[in-house]
Amino acid sequence: MKTIKQLLRNPLSLTGFVLLLFFAGVAIAAPWLAPPARAWEPYRIIQCGFSPTPAPPGDPNPFRAIAKVVTGQATLCQVHPFGTTGEGQYDIYYGVVWGTRTAFQVGLIITGACVLIGVVVGSIAAYFGRWVGEIVMRITDVFMAFPFLVAAMTIAAVLQPKIGRGLVTAMIALIVFGWMTYSRLIRGDILAVKERDYVQAARAAGAGHLRIILRHILPNAIFPTLVLASMDIGSYVISFAALSFLGLGAEIGYADWGQMLSFARNWIARLNEYWWIIFYPGMAILLFVLAWNLVGDALRDVLDPRLRGRITV
Amino acid sequence: MIAYIVRRLLILPLVLFGVTVFIFGIFSLLDPVMRASLYVRDVPKTADALQRIIEKYGLDDPIHIQYWRWINQVVRGNFGWSKTAQRPVLQAIGHYLPASLELALWAMVPVILGGIVLGILSALHHNRPLDHTTRVFALIGWSFPSYVYGLLLLMVFYATLRWFPPGRISDWVTREVIVGTFRQYTGMYTLDAILNLRPDVFADALRHLIMPVLTLSYIQWALLLRVTRSSMLETLRQEYVMTARAKGLKEWVVVYKHATRNALIPVVTMGGLLLIGLLNGVVITETVFNYPGLGQWAARAATTFDMLSVLGFSLFGSTLLVFGNLAVDVLYAVIDPRIRLE
Repeated sequence: MKTIKQLLRNPLSLTGFVLLLFFAGVAIAAPWLAPPARAWEPYRIIQCGFSPTPAPPGDPNPFRAIAKVVTGQATLCQVHPFGTTGEGQYDIYYGVVWGTRTAFQVGLIITGACVLIGVVVGSIAAYFGRWVGEIVMRITDVFMAFPFLVAAMTIAAVLQPKIGRGLVTAMIALIVFGWMTYSRLIRGDILAVKERDYVQAARAAGAGHLRIILRHILPNAIFPTLVLASMDIGSYVISFAALSFLGLGAEIGYADWGQMLSFARNWIARLNEYWWIIFYPGMAILLFVLAWNLVGDALRDVLDPRLRGRITV
Repeated sequence: MIAYIVRRLLILPLVLFGVTVFIFGIFSLLDPVMRASLYVRDVPKTADALQRIIEKYGLDDPIHIQYWRWINQVVRGNFGWSKTAQRPVLQAIGHYLPASLELALWAMVPVILGGIVLGILSALHHNRPLDHTTRVFALIGWSFPSYVYGLLLLMVFYATLRWFPPGRISDWVTREVIVGTFRQYTGMYTLDAILNLRPDVFADALRHLIMPVLTLSYIQWALLLRVTRSSMLETLRQEYVMTARAKGLKEWVVVYKHATRNALIPVVTMGGLLLIGLLNGVVITETVFNYPGLGQWAARAATTFDMLSVLGFSLFGSTLLVFGNLAVDVLYAVIDPRIRLE
């Protein structure tokens, strides 16, 4: 309770929470805010017509246009509140709204999977003696010898012809190279906890390895890792959108902010006319990541001052 | 000291071995048919053409035999043929490297000025307006995806103002290089322009570099700023700084002679992260600005299933990183005697 009060008193973290709540609201309300044309594939962005050039927002006031869509006075293709992308004529408002769901999914799934792998690997390395630990950590070193995005790009390029272009491919690519920081952090914390008296007591009482790790060690060692993970969600969203932007993530026309931004690459000489192609998806991703970073920073300061000043990439 | 460096050097071949095993492992996730298709230059005329390639190059052999064959070629510098660059992969890396190196070197200017200098200043002005402003900027910079930032720069400085164009050089410079008197010594246009005494070429190259340099550097300096600031704050609280003040030394002597030197030690460890940031950033930045360097080449190769190029770039990047990290660790041990004891 005290923690929450502390978090809400800080204007920066309050901003972060409000932004996150807003995005969560948009994600939940997506079917009402932007009614899908085909209910069975809502993540396919609605396409309006065949014109080769981006269509401008249908109303100078985007809120009025959105209100018209929500109340059913006009269809998305009549007003397109945020304009369209050019070739494909994808409606940007639709993509931004449903892209919020994609961003939450991507950020939480990647972070969750990375933490899980990191905790398993780190626990094995820390708990089972010097030799196992040494070998596991050297393998971790090999993973860390790759520049993150370059490595993810390589994996995505190999997986694409095998399982196709899409969310799963890019998420696997990012998870394969995302877990190492957690395994290192938790290993250090477990090594510290491992020799405590209550762990020795549990061992003397005849508890098994799994029980000792799960019941006695992890609950006392996992906190810093979770705080670190909350700070990383934003950067995973950025990395995923980067893969999409390069053409290695979500397929064309999927409601994903990075994929939508890649349309802007065709119009770089005329971005002053077609500003909406980058403005809306760009703002969405910036604010989303900023929200997570603000909340993550605040959580760290309150819950684990030890990590203060620690930098993660 | 020597023992530490030797120990570090002994691990190096192990890590490099792991890296090659890993890269080859990724590669062999592909079916033999897909891998065979990488060796075909033209559309095969007969149905069993791919099968013959698989047999000829032994793509069905046990994995350790294939790895041995592959590593033998890699050690000799044969990484295969890059379809994207239309030349062997190693030559392609040599061809694109100067452009990326030029970009990365120029990016160091704002990184060091923005990161270290601002970091020290905001620590000295702790909790005053300068500190708050730089922190907010660093926080926003931290959350700003580089592709959004780059596209915004293009919108303002290219599409609207027409000040800085994308690409690397203007057409007239290309003509000058191909048919004119301009000689390429290093492949880095800003440096070559100085060597050729051509201020006009220098200005043109710099004009093209400004936006990519800003895009590539700002995340790095936001990162460095945070580290420098917190390290400096911690150092200023140390007792020896208090002692220096107490014995009446001038403030700038305390700050620059006593505090800064020690505060910058942790900053050295950021060298590895900086290198990762540059390697990752080069891919995005060059793609956004259509800047013909290693990153753009690799990104194009990745989307067109030119796997040999992608793997070559990956191997190049990780080798660079392994040696970079070694250099950072050694440097750290040299400047901070406390590390050697561990």
